[in-house]
Amino acid sequence: MSDFSIWITIIALGIGTFLIRFSFLGLLGGRDLPNWLTRHLRYVPVAVLPGLVAPLVVWPEATGGSADLARSLAALTALAIGGLTRSVLGAIFGGMAVLYTVQYFT
Amino acid sequence: MGRAYWQGFRAGVPFVLVVAPFGLLFGVVATEAGLDIVQTMAMTVLVIAGASQFAALQLLSDNAPTFVAILTGLAVNMRMAMYSASLTPHLGKASLGKRALVAYFLVDQSYAISVAEFEKAPARPLPEKLVYFFGSVSPIAPLWYGFTYVGAVAGKAIPPEYALDFAVPITFIAIVAPALRSLPQISAAFVSVSVALVLAWLPYNSGLMIAALLAMITGAAIEKRLEAKA
Repeated sequence: MSDFSIWITIIALGIGTFLIRFSFLGLLGGRDLPNWLTRHLRYVPVAVLPGLVAPLVVWPEATGGSADLARSLAALTALAIGGLTRSVLGAIFGGMAVLYTVQYFT
Repeated sequence: MGRAYWQGFRAGVPFVLVVAPFGLLFGVVATEAGLDIVQTMAMTVLVIAGASQFAALQLLSDNAPTFVAILTGLAVNMRMAMYSASLTPHLGKASLGKRALVAYFLVDQSYAISVAEFEKAPARPLPEKLVYFFGSVSPIAPLWYGFTYVGAVAGKAIPPEYALDFAVPITFIAIVAPALRSLPQISAAFVSVSVALVLAWLPYNSGLMIAALLAMITGAAIEKRLEAKA
């Protein structure tokens, strides 16, 4: 990999990523969105993040892609704590604590 | 005004726990792959999207063509177009400059924190929403830059026992779990997970995009049904 290709990648990825983030905010701006669209947009967080996480939990890269008891239990713990207590910090700590504990004993 | 900033700031603080090690890891991996400090920092500051940086770096180290590395990185970030659309009803009336600044700082964490708050209190005036957003990213972005630098300078591999690979999934679960309150939301999350797993083999993260769109349609359709019944 050459210096040139590294710089091209950095600059193109930087500009492209900004344009992706700016897209709707920039182009639609203050225009009112139709009801059906805002109804769909309300589900963006629960539509994107679970799908982003699921493969990382089921096929973790660190284990070469094979399912891993510690990581599965950690994910379930974080989900349960987050869902029940609404505490983000509690969910992160709880999940990582379970991960380290199970990893230690297996 | 100051209050809204600090509310956002406090909501962002827990993510420091994840962003710091993730930044450290990127710094280490980037220098190990052969980037110098200036290149590593340029990437982290210009792109400010960890997953895509790792993906592009991986492909460059595997000697993939440059355009493949760029396109893959961009594909990983396509979800942010949906974040951008989802924030438009709340922040779309801000000035162009402020919207550009929001766009630059639109990362998974600042998005999830802010959208949760805006949905809870949609009537908040625009300036308060803006400072809340910038408050939420204030503890996150500087640490992302700073720890990338530390990782690039220290340049020592982090032992695998720390399982830092899993800090990121855990945070996303922690962000989204409290939002899973109603039938439409739970159904959307379920569709998102199932479709993403079934289509995980598709290239360029496109399985995730399809999963997200189907999940949004599911959530909205069930919400509409429930409303019609009520």
